[in-house]
Amino acid sequence: MARMAGRRLLYAVPVLLAVTFGVFAIAAASPFDPVKAYAGTAGFSASGEALDQLRDSLGADDPFVTRWWDWLSAVVTGDLGQSTSMRQPVADVIGERIGWTVLLCAVAFAVAIVVGTLLGALAARRRGGLLDRAVTSVAYAMEAAPPFWLGLLAVWLFALQLDALPAGGLTDTGTDAVTFGQVAEHVLLPASVLAVSQMPWFVLYVRQGVGDALDEDPVRGARSRGLAERTVLLGHALRSGLLPVLTLIGTRVPELITGALLIETVFSWPGIAAATVEAATSVDFPLLAALTVLATAAVLLGNLLSDLLYGLADPRVGFDG
Amino acid sequence: MSVRGIRAAVSVTATAAVLAGAAACSNPDADDDSGGSGGNGTTAVIGVANEPDTLSPLLGYGKDGNSKLFDGLLARDGDMELKPALARALPEITDGGTTYTYELRDDVTFSDGEPFTAADVVFTYETILDPGTNNASKGDLEAVESVEAKGDDTVVFTLEYPYAPFAERTVLPIAPEHVAGKGDVNTGAFNTEPIGTGPYVLDNWRKGEKLTFSANPGYWGGKPKVRKLTMAIIADDDIRATRLRSGDLDGAILPPNLAKTFAEDDDKQTLAATTADHRAVTLPTDNPVTGDVAIRRALDVAVDRGAMVDKLLEGRGKAAYGPVPTDSEWFAKGTERPYDTELAGKILDDAGWRAEDGGIREKDGQRASFTLYYPSGDKLRQEHALAFAGDAKKVGIEARVESGTWEVIEPRMGEDAVLAGGGSPADPDFDLYPMLYSELAGQGFNNMASYENPDVDTALVEGRESGDKAERKRAYDKVQQELTENPGYVFLTHIDHIYVVADTWRGLTTQVEPHEHGFGSGPWWNVESWQPAS
Repeated sequence: MARMAGRRLLYAVPVLLAVTFGVFAIAAASPFDPVKAYAGTAGFSASGEALDQLRDSLGADDPFVTRWWDWLSAVVTGDLGQSTSMRQPVADVIGERIGWTVLLCAVAFAVAIVVGTLLGALAARRRGGLLDRAVTSVAYAMEAAPPFWLGLLAVWLFALQLDALPAGGLTDTGTDAVTFGQVAEHVLLPASVLAVSQMPWFVLYVRQGVGDALDEDPVRGARSRGLAERTVLLGHALRSGLLPVLTLIGTRVPELITGALLIETVFSWPGIAAATVEAATSVDFPLLAALTVLATAAVLLGNLLSDLLYGLADPRVGFDG
Repeated sequence: MSVRGIRAAVSVTATAAVLAGAAACSNPDADDDSGGSGGNGTTAVIGVANEPDTLSPLLGYGKDGNSKLFDGLLARDGDMELKPALARALPEITDGGTTYTYELRDDVTFSDGEPFTAADVVFTYETILDPGTNNASKGDLEAVESVEAKGDDTVVFTLEYPYAPFAERTVLPIAPEHVAGKGDVNTGAFNTEPIGTGPYVLDNWRKGEKLTFSANPGYWGGKPKVRKLTMAIIADDDIRATRLRSGDLDGAILPPNLAKTFAEDDDKQTLAATTADHRAVTLPTDNPVTGDVAIRRALDVAVDRGAMVDKLLEGRGKAAYGPVPTDSEWFAKGTERPYDTELAGKILDDAGWRAEDGGIREKDGQRASFTLYYPSGDKLRQEHALAFAGDAKKVGIEARVESGTWEVIEPRMGEDAVLAGGGSPADPDFDLYPMLYSELAGQGFNNMASYENPDVDTALVEGRESGDKAERKRAYDKVQQELTENPGYVFLTHIDHIYVVADTWRGLTTQVEPHEHGFGSGPWWNVESWQPAS
């Protein structure tokens, strides 16, 4: 197990290198002009001379390989560089915001897994039944619903019509104090929307897994031995039905990150999302590279985690596979 | 899926534990705040669409005044007249308009308690002009040759050439040398932790969510009644309207159609700010169709500006005949062009553009057809572009409307028309010179239409160099006259900016606003002077 984790981590190094190199190459090939992006609206009235000075100062004409190498050598010494789009050191940009994104994603993911599993198992219990048909069709519909739209709908319903939850922000708009109660109240709506956008996959996977398990001999045997339905469902079918979910956890991480991007915009959540979009459209190499490394690492870790869990859950699966 | 294991439940618990752990690690930056929920009229929460990149004046923040955290040497009042701020009086202008001398107030301190002196002024201007400073707006100060302190309370600007509107540039906020001089000007801490002399100090800036300010108790103009001010960043128009309706915001900028939904609300007031914010179609000189003066003149009278104001802007705006709004003192009366498709047809007939099959005119084998770009995602410009194309079609000219990002549009600006926007109300030079001066053709977004007219060039230079207002007025009248003879742009509308604000304050006003609506524009341009209603 440790060997697999170690090997994966070693393997991650060239992957990360390749990904950052790719980011620099793609950003350099993109039609976005870092100088124009930096200047923003001022760029529309800026003099040619001012723009030339900016171009020079931002090193916008350097080949991307040079920039990548400079960035890499600095990162090795612990210097993440300066973000041009945020006018701040990259470490500050990320440090100020990532906690909130992690919080949002973690809550949403936990809710999606727990509620998704529950609904999936219940639906599998009587396949073709009313609950199953309802849950499945809603899940399919939700799979297609864009998180942005879900967010608008949630704001309209919960903040405006019911006046039950705040419509956005990390705390009440009029106050700066970050208390547990405030954050808990404000995270509820965005996290729920994000969870709902992720949930269909868990529901459908669990339903399928548990449903299959219910048809298998050992479960049928358990049933015929007269065990209670609850014991059969939870004790036998759910356990084996959950295995595919473990794999799913790893593969959902990228979707979770992109979903969070949209949700943060809708709810003015002070996470990393706005910075990510800005970094990309501004060709802000240092920030973009750092964020890409983070996202890649999250995906690799997600995969590692689900493989480890899978190995733990099912002794027949080796850790070398 | 028929695999099962005995430790599944255990592993699910483990997953949950890991996730819970991740949540716990999120490290909220606990922030001590005594603001509270606020009494009637003493706090204001405003919804704005854009977040500033920086709060440092050295990088361009607040360059047109009203920055709340900072003051300039001068400021503008509700009628856009210059008045002294950090300077004791309006500048003394000598040496034929090339020397501007400002006497400074001696009772001003920065919010950290340090006194404000002439050295801070010199530092601010010199830093902005430094080639190493990444300030895209430094061209605003291109006339400046040097800036010098004479003692602690006098600053002298020497200009390279006489520049009449220079005083308008000195609303630029002044940064403290003892703070902003430390660290990297482009990425240093001052960008996010500003210190100024203004009516408010920054309490907190949670990127992507909001900025909070509190009244500066030591403000030289007196402590503001609105003691806590919050600017919530909400990019989406609908969400901003929703949060305004839910009572979460006290005020917000809104597009006209959303603002209209608040008309029946008794506890909300709607303010329409007149602006210099124009929408215009560029007519590139190098394009064989739009470069033809007959086509230009025909288009200029063929567009139904009144209908655009009524239909696209819901009446919230004015017809535009140039960058100078019709209600500005600089507008050349008599240059209004009425909507006249017959005249347009006659101009085209006389110039030899004959209608062919399909109604599109031709001349010497050249079809009267060109491409008109608008920046994608900008609904208002899209509507303007389509309305323009519809009007052009009626007189036999085809404008093929296409959308693209600025990255797509910019390389094509020399050849294709663009639905452009812009506008700066303070002085006619700020818009006319960059838009029309021939030597600036194709430099960045200056003179997008590559307009070339020697008479206009001469008048533009006269207008910016003359210190005599009547002489300036004559020069700018001439420019606007020339635009009727040979339009390089078809100006369509000046659009109002609409704000909806809770009815908790009295006597709210707006200034004439520029194209950009930053934090400084809107009814909160003078939030420090707001009076509670009760």
